[in-house]
Amino acid sequence: MADKPTFSQEISNLMYAAHGSPLNECIQCGTCSGSCPAVEFMDQTPRRLIGMINADLKEDVIDTNTYWVCASCYQCTVRCPSRIDIAGAMYAVKRYSMWNKTYADDLVGPVFSETFMKTIARSGRSYEPILAPTYIFGFGAKEFFQEVQGATKMMLKGRIPVLPPRIKRLKNFQNMIKRIIPMGDEE
Amino acid sequence: MKKYAYFPGCSLEKMALSYHKSSLETTRVLGVELEELEDWNCCGATTYFHLDEILANTLVARNLAIAEKQGLDFVAPCSACYKNAYFTNTYMKEDADLAEHINYALEADDLQLSGDLNVHHLIDVFANEVGPEEIKKKVTNPLKELRIAPYYGCQIVRPRKNGENVEDPQFFEELIRAMGANPIDFAYKTRCCGGSLLLTNRPAALDMIRHLLQNAQNSGADVIATACPLCQVNLEAYQTQVNEEFGTDFSTPVLYFTQLMGLALGIAPKKLGIGSELVSTLPVLSQFLKKEAR
Repeated sequence: MADKPTFSQEISNLMYAAHGSPLNECIQCGTCSGSCPAVEFMDQTPRRLIGMINADLKEDVIDTNTYWVCASCYQCTVRCPSRIDIAGAMYAVKRYSMWNKTYADDLVGPVFSETFMKTIARSGRSYEPILAPTYIFGFGAKEFFQEVQGATKMMLKGRIPVLPPRIKRLKNFQNMIKRIIPMGDEE
Repeated sequence: MKKYAYFPGCSLEKMALSYHKSSLETTRVLGVELEELEDWNCCGATTYFHLDEILANTLVARNLAIAEKQGLDFVAPCSACYKNAYFTNTYMKEDADLAEHINYALEADDLQLSGDLNVHHLIDVFANEVGPEEIKKKVTNPLKELRIAPYYGCQIVRPRKNGENVEDPQFFEELIRAMGANPIDFAYKTRCCGGSLLLTNRPAALDMIRHLLQNAQNSGADVIATACPLCQVNLEAYQTQVNEEFGTDFSTPVLYFTQLMGLALGIAPKKLGIGSELVSTLPVLSQFLKKEAR
């Protein structure tokens, strides 16, 4: 029987279309952490996270908020001397945690992504008012008020859609999705 | 006349309608035709890729396949849409297995993608397909002495696509000079605006926005020019919240580069969607807002 893949192999496998990424060639130089504009909001730096993945510290990796704080700006990716797609690896850990439902409870990112995807599968296009409840109720009173105030100003300037958009060939579009991911019919 | 398959993306339908209007107006004057992609779907921004890589690429591939059917190259005004389209197109061309898998799914909508088309960001059409020299010839209302911060953001230049300068690109500055304005030396021009972190991690996003606004202000910017709807909204619509959070007093207008270009080309402000801003542009733009225009 084949050996079970290690955690670091599983993460590499989740970057299939991007043709993997040589995570194990990391030299721990820290260029990624030094380049990251969001690093001070992460509980482990990108350099440490790559080290932890390579050490197969699965639970510790999944427990960090690091990969959800990544804004996908690719500053680390373009500067990595070992040509590791670090932002791509953050996506791979996100996918791993979404499929295994192992992310921390208080994170908004995964719930937002899931709702976003469901909106697309239903209509083919994104629609901000459906997405808002996924994050807005997690806000404190002040942020909630700020967000509502901001949305009202946008609305007055005609910048918020009133009706959800929808593509024309929706049935074909949904059949296309089912050819990749089998899923039940939605009402 | 050059013609492209134009993928506006979801933001341009409403939130960034001014970007849509000004893109169509400016390209018209410059002799470029943008034919909207027929029945396009959402490209997934960053979120499809959180869930499934193959599905994400398939949804992007559908739009590319529609462009291929129209026999045109693909152009997107949004940086995230552009980045997704660019890489899906590249993977389709390089990886026969992936292409087979995705084409099987596309058949459900009678589509096929070979990956032979070119994918451009809208700013690339101005900077390289038309070029600053041609633009200069059509400028009738030069934005003299206007100090514009060229804000590239992330995904136009990153990840690296074709050997371009990712640390200090210059094409945005050249476009600003073509408008008759002054591009300021903006150190944070490729630093991230926070993207969708604004929704998922507000403290991080507000901090990132503050850094950018501070750097633009310190560098003497009258206005920040963007080439992405998410950058525009983050930098403009959240200035009030940044001010409340950090005790700052930012009020820097943030416009799409196509709106500024449109003014320089003598297009009426209303046609460019100027007036739907949350931070008033009047203090810095009033002398350039001419009504008798093309």
